[in-house]
Amino acid sequence: MKFVDEFRQRSQTESLARLIAEAATRDYTFMEVCGGHTSAIHRFGIPSLLPDRVRLLSGPGCPVCVTSADYIDRLIALASLRDVTVALFGDLMRVPGTLLSPAAAVAEGADLRVVLSAHEALQMAQSDPQRKIVFSAVGFETTAPGTAVTVMQADSEGRDNFYVLSAHKLMPPAMEAILKDGTRIDGFICPGHVAVITGASAFDFIPERYGLACVVAGFEPADLLMSVLMLIRQVNSSSPSVETEYSRVVSSKGNQRAQAYLAEVFEPCDAQWRGLGHIALSGLRLRDRYRRFDAGTAFRVSLPESTRASACICGEILRGLRSPPECVLYASQCTPEHPEGACMVSEEGACNSWFKYRHDE
Amino acid sequence: MCLSLPARIISIEGDMGQVSVGGVVFQAGLQMVEGVRVGDYVLLHAGFAIEKMKEEEAMETLRLLKEMEDAINGSDGDEVC
Repeated sequence: MKFVDEFRQRSQTESLARLIAEAATRDYTFMEVCGGHTSAIHRFGIPSLLPDRVRLLSGPGCPVCVTSADYIDRLIALASLRDVTVALFGDLMRVPGTLLSPAAAVAEGADLRVVLSAHEALQMAQSDPQRKIVFSAVGFETTAPGTAVTVMQADSEGRDNFYVLSAHKLMPPAMEAILKDGTRIDGFICPGHVAVITGASAFDFIPERYGLACVVAGFEPADLLMSVLMLIRQVNSSSPSVETEYSRVVSSKGNQRAQAYLAEVFEPCDAQWRGLGHIALSGLRLRDRYRRFDAGTAFRVSLPESTRASACICGEILRGLRSPPECVLYASQCTPEHPEGACMVSEEGACNSWFKYRHDE
Repeated sequence: MCLSLPARIISIEGDMGQVSVGGVVFQAGLQMVEGVRVGDYVLLHAGFAIEKMKEEEAMETLRLLKEMEDAINGSDGDEVC
């Protein structure tokens, strides 16, 4: 496949692994904050190509993993209303809520249907005007513009049976929250697809205020290894900055059309992250002009009380403080088949990736 | 859901297009990419083309990678890809 296969050559990875081994003159810890990176790093066996001195940690980059149990409960409650269908991305189906996951709720009669895009949810609303369709808007800056475009389309059609329940989140505030918490890392493998929208400059505050290295990385083996090498070189030369390895789609300023759609429809709001808690101005909610599409205000639902206690350490894993095998539930009570914590649910979660690709270690 | 893949545009109708990801065809909203044509490559994410793929930049990265390979293998350097 063009733009993919060229970055998967064995000769590239071998050379880069040798260059990294030569450049690594001390211990380094880098954090990736994109679920796609977590998944690719494990799938391609990147840690096995790095010297022991170079450690990669997974941060809070999987939007499914950081979606709160309260949000899942709300989706299920909405889908249990008589004339409401909830349209959601497939990854969310097995995320545990307080009492049920969406998949378990379907078995009990709730109407939740998997879609591939916000647009598909709007098409459901167009084809069945009697039914109210709630789109579960989950994802970072990469996904939110698609929701914005769709809401604007619903608005221009005058549609009155399409709603959005936004759990959209912003990545830079979460990265800053982790840094303020005092995580000890040397740099970030910055999220390539978030940066497509925001531009690499969204991460400038990290070297400027926190003195840490940043490389905006692609998702193929050569991209990931090249980015690690660039990070090591930044650390070695004590010259932290934001560099872009993934220049085939990422620019400094990002996709300004997408940014304009986002700014038209959404405004920043405080948000709850599973495992990280409350982070100021890290979420997106509909602006007043589009508030009539907000499922949170359009429907009244009652939610189960969140009393569920668990030994799950997803929160510490998402902050890079501990690794999956350190959790007592890992691979015993918590597996991809029967996930207890959100990091085990999603293909892009740290625990899920670890279980699939590194369980024998 | 975070998966984003390079996709080739095979048809365009208004704001929507059909794109091919390695032969599998998807619908894609083209609102966020300006002036795209059939044959162009875009990055497809959750049903939307979120950016045009920049061929020149891809070649530049591959050239850098090749330079590194050559440096470490001590070869003279062949054609990129």
